[in-house]
Amino acid sequence: MNLAGPILVVEDIVKRFDTPDGALTAIDRVSFDVAPGEFLAVIGPSGCGKSTLFNVIGGLLDGYQGRVSVAGETVRGPHAAIGMVFQEESTFPWRTVIENVAFPLEIAGVAKAERLERARHFVALVGLAGFERRYPAELSGGMRQRVSMARTLASEPKILLMDEPFAALDEQTRLLLGDKVLQIQQELKQTTLLITHNITEAVQLSDRILVMTYRPGRVKRVVPIDLPRPRTSEIVSSDAFGHYVAQIWNDLREEATRGMQDAEAHSLRAGAAS
Amino acid sequence: MTRVRRLGTKLAAPALGLVMLVLAITAIQTLIQAGWINRFVVPLPTQVAASFGRVIAEENVLGRFLLTAGETLAAGALLTGVGIRVGVLLYRFRLLRLAFETWIAALASAPLVLMYPLFLVIFGRNAMTLVMIGFVAALPPVILKTIEGLAGTRRVLIDVGRSFNLTEAQQFWKILFPAALPSMFVGIRLGLIFALINIVGVEFLINFGGLGQLINELAERYDLPGTYAAICFVVLVSVCLFAVTGWIERWLRPAD
Repeated sequence: MNLAGPILVVEDIVKRFDTPDGALTAIDRVSFDVAPGEFLAVIGPSGCGKSTLFNVIGGLLDGYQGRVSVAGETVRGPHAAIGMVFQEESTFPWRTVIENVAFPLEIAGVAKAERLERARHFVALVGLAGFERRYPAELSGGMRQRVSMARTLASEPKILLMDEPFAALDEQTRLLLGDKVLQIQQELKQTTLLITHNITEAVQLSDRILVMTYRPGRVKRVVPIDLPRPRTSEIVSSDAFGHYVAQIWNDLREEATRGMQDAEAHSLRAGAAS
Repeated sequence: MTRVRRLGTKLAAPALGLVMLVLAITAIQTLIQAGWINRFVVPLPTQVAASFGRVIAEENVLGRFLLTAGETLAAGALLTGVGIRVGVLLYRFRLLRLAFETWIAALASAPLVLMYPLFLVIFGRNAMTLVMIGFVAALPPVILKTIEGLAGTRRVLIDVGRSFNLTEAQQFWKILFPAALPSMFVGIRLGLIFALINIVGVEFLINFGGLGQLINELAERYDLPGTYAAICFVVLVSVCLFAVTGWIERWLRPAD
């Protein structure tokens, strides 16, 4: 229990989009909070508004009801306290690894020698020491995502917000990068909010998992993950891990089925219309 | 070993290009000698090669080369400065883009070289006329490719900039501009080609300075090998301009 109170509070967020078929409620009265140093995963089927929630919390999306606050301060637009890691590959191809990681420090006006020194620390933290002068095109997908993460960490955000950062990677790389995330979180005591649709990833990394319903996205259940820390990917073979995965899949199965039925009905309607 | 292989890969493309050029020249030589191509229209490549020394010694090729290249570079500098700014403006203001993009694309296909009398009236019979014709004719590709490059910047890179709370100027200089650079350079290269063609064309038409005038004079003397040798020097101008732009692009974006 953290007596300092939550660092991130999300209160009654409602976000609607105008579509040709009328207003679509992407997320509906979503509320939760995150304690300092906590790792919270938000999981849900495709179409439950996870990415919308990511953009709302990150300040990239406006025109929503409700309130997002960081340490009591309402978030209106991008906030220095929130560092975002995107699902898509987002390194700058024209910058080397070290220049990518030093980017937020450059924007903050930190002197070159100091920012390179600090960037080197974060490059090493994500396990890319020795690759400082390489360009993203010379790295694998997993390495590029680690560069993105190091770049975000270099801005020293209070909250690390990640939107399915390993979605494009294979399962083995994903598990190994999960280890890296756990190690970083352990080392920095970094408050982290992970948006994902991957159950094993969520259980492997999180202290709590917030399960969302299919459209409109609502909080269905919050599952505390009582697995020992420090963790590694070895935990996936434990009985407790399997128990959590099964429990969350039970919650998600109904929602994922609804999502699939909805997608099929949409395809049928589109086929009939054409 | 990797270094040797990398060097081999680097040299393979220019070597292949050179081999193809030699093969093409050999094919033309063979076709002319076989009578398939009229030698009074196209001279033998060996005659063209033999005329280089004469043209260089007697026709002040170096001065003309530098004049045409200089005029093209001046037009290139002007169109880079103006074209990129106009492209950014049209990217920034959607209404302007919708209003003018089609007209600019139409301008690209207009035979501006035929408007040389108008430019002569405005700027006089001097190098400025040539530079301005080259500049105006070459503007559309620079503008259009600048818009394309900026508009094609991946959304996620812009979102990264937004997440770091970049100002509009920082967003442009740190993300949009470097992301759009490859496309801008395609536009600049196309623009330089357009500028060179128009400058040489007007030099030819008004018989004023540079390689175009030399081509005109040699053609009027019916010195076909000399004419083709002079055309080769125009190609050399183009090669030099490509080398310079390639060097600048590598300097600005060493990753590519």
